Amino acid sequence: MRFSSTDTYIATEDLMVAVNASVTLERPLLIKGEPGTGKTVLAHEIAASLKLPLLTWHIKSTTRAQHGLYEYDAVSRLRDSQLGDAKVKDIGNYIRKGRLWEAFESAPGRTVLLIDEIDKADIEFPNDLLLELDRMEFYVYETGVTIRAKNRPIVIITSNNEKELPDAFLRRCFFHYIRFPDRETMERIVAVHFPDVKKLLVREALNVFFELREIQGLKKRPSTSELLDWIKLLVADDLPIEALRAKDVKTALPPLYGALLKNEQDVHMLERLAFLSRREGR
Amino acid sequence: MFFNLLDGLKKAGLPVSITEYLALIEAVEKGVAGYSIEDFYYLSRAALVKDERNLDRFDVVFGRVFKGLEGDAALEGVLLDVPEEWLKAMSELALSDEDKAKIEALGGWDKLMETLRKRMEEQKEEHHGGSKWIGTGGTSPFGAYGYNPEGVRIGQKESRHRRAVKVWDKREFANLDDTIELGTRNIKMALRKLRRFARTGAATELDIEDTIRSTAHHAGLLDLKMVPERHNAVKVLLLLDAGGSMDDHVSVCAELFSACRTEFKHLEAFYFHNCVYEGVWRDNRRRRTEKVSTQQLLNTYGADYKLIFVGDAAMSPYEIAHPGGAVEHWNEESGETWLTRCLTAWPHAVWLNPMPQPQWPYTQSIGMVRKLLDQRMYPLTLAGLDSAISELSH
Repeated sequence: MRFSSTDTYIATEDLMVAVNASVTLERPLLIKGEPGTGKTVLAHEIAASLKLPLLTWHIKSTTRAQHGLYEYDAVSRLRDSQLGDAKVKDIGNYIRKGRLWEAFESAPGRTVLLIDEIDKADIEFPNDLLLELDRMEFYVYETGVTIRAKNRPIVIITSNNEKELPDAFLRRCFFHYIRFPDRETMERIVAVHFPDVKKLLVREALNVFFELREIQGLKKRPSTSELLDWIKLLVADDLPIEALRAKDVKTALPPLYGALLKNEQDVHMLERLAFLSRREGR
Repeated sequence: MFFNLLDGLKKAGLPVSITEYLALIEAVEKGVAGYSIEDFYYLSRAALVKDERNLDRFDVVFGRVFKGLEGDAALEGVLLDVPEEWLKAMSELALSDEDKAKIEALGGWDKLMETLRKRMEEQKEEHHGGSKWIGTGGTSPFGAYGYNPEGVRIGQKESRHRRAVKVWDKREFANLDDTIELGTRNIKMALRKLRRFARTGAATELDIEDTIRSTAHHAGLLDLKMVPERHNAVKVLLLLDAGGSMDDHVSVCAELFSACRTEFKHLEAFYFHNCVYEGVWRDNRRRRTEKVSTQQLLNTYGADYKLIFVGDAAMSPYEIAHPGGAVEHWNEESGETWLTRCLTAWPHAVWLNPMPQPQWPYTQSIGMVRKLLDQRMYPLTLAGLDSAISELSH
């Protein structure tokens, strides 16, 4: 089982090594990087490339570690008991499996488990999952059963750096930081997503894109996912290449800039820059 | 196996442990890395580095340990850029004839510069780590580098900020490191008094009283009532003096900042220099490029924010009272005007001063600031913090 670039995803050399290390050693892989550089997509691609099912566990600020294991729905059991339902006799009827349990149970093969945006949860969340991720087992108090992983799942964890993760947790993971792709990699990424687009258009679009990223003080610099959206729009609108070429980012906003800039302050700033440079040019 | 690498990383201050080292060896044994040095580099990076801030340091150490395996070209890429300011300070080398002879004896100028460059790399790393730099508070960053590499003395600049009228030196300021836990617990306890709990957001907690009432109301049929969780709803705007005379107090300010970060959900922190003028900034490293106008602060944060200044308020009186008195730039309006504006916008305001209270009367500017704040200036001690917090919670 080796992970490599697919026909929809370009993986750099270092990313492949990191993924393969975590697959082989059965340890979680922690992925960080600028928003929009393909952290979440990676898990999908790993699953596709290794032909394994994918389970995703999206973390929110209210998510607790227990949710990933199982939840005991005491309230509906209480309600059922009032209504005299026969289900009440078996406590197992009220235990709902979490994502981690599902991943542990998978057979015959392994699964890919994506724990998305772990930093959104409470600060204690990673600590509560230490043992479960390390030993791949947990204990269900209500039924007195220990659940053990039949096949250790491939765990991919993404983080946006909103909170620091505890050392004990980090020690058990492999880590990879997705750097913003350089121009060459970006060309390959665009090529896998839009194989039919004219080379010339891509080149001009990338020129504009990288120039835009250079501008100091943008609140949210556009990243890979924005670029792909933008090119999709450019193709859909069938804009002439001249519309891109003639324009320096500093003198005018690029066409369909709404796909690249997500923040009105950024748009304002660009407009101001454009105004200033036009005035200087005169 | 690879013990040199582990040792090197430890010495460079990277948090590596046996667990990670064993994981690396296991991965190598299972043939994850193949046999090229590049693959091994990627593998060891994934196994040993857990924070992107440490990637750079890892590269440096890796380059040093495996020097010779890949030729010098690979190493060239990992050398850190030495900031221009430091090189400027370097050109102010004060060398005596005797020293120059020593340089020749050591293999010439180039060798010496190389050594210095390495030293500086180390210095830079530690300064980012935030422990050493704080320890050297009181002299300017250049002065802090006054070490003695191989017997050569480097000109040490004196700190001349205490009564400075203009400070033109472009200085690299370190951000306050909010990871320092030592001693923050006491401060957190003091800050805790400022808590104002409010239930906002999604209903996630069982409201037992209302549930019982409602269940009874429905003749015993269970009816659950939920309420949102309690959160600390206090909003704090923290304005910190950075640099100049504050160097002496960096560690205590870092502790305060660190405690505030964890204690308040709504905390906005900005830096200023000596006195608040038309611009403040969020990040000391990018203070020149990313300034936020004070007017914008006034417009953004409502009167429900509690304003906390942290600064020693030690400056020349012109910096407060006169337009153009600022040490770093030309200010159209006086610091007094801006301070008054802030105090009108946020009626709940205090000034925390890290200088010992008995020394306050000897500095004229402190008196002026105290007057502006209606005496709401408190020393940055636990007791002072206590009274400041009780003032804020009125």
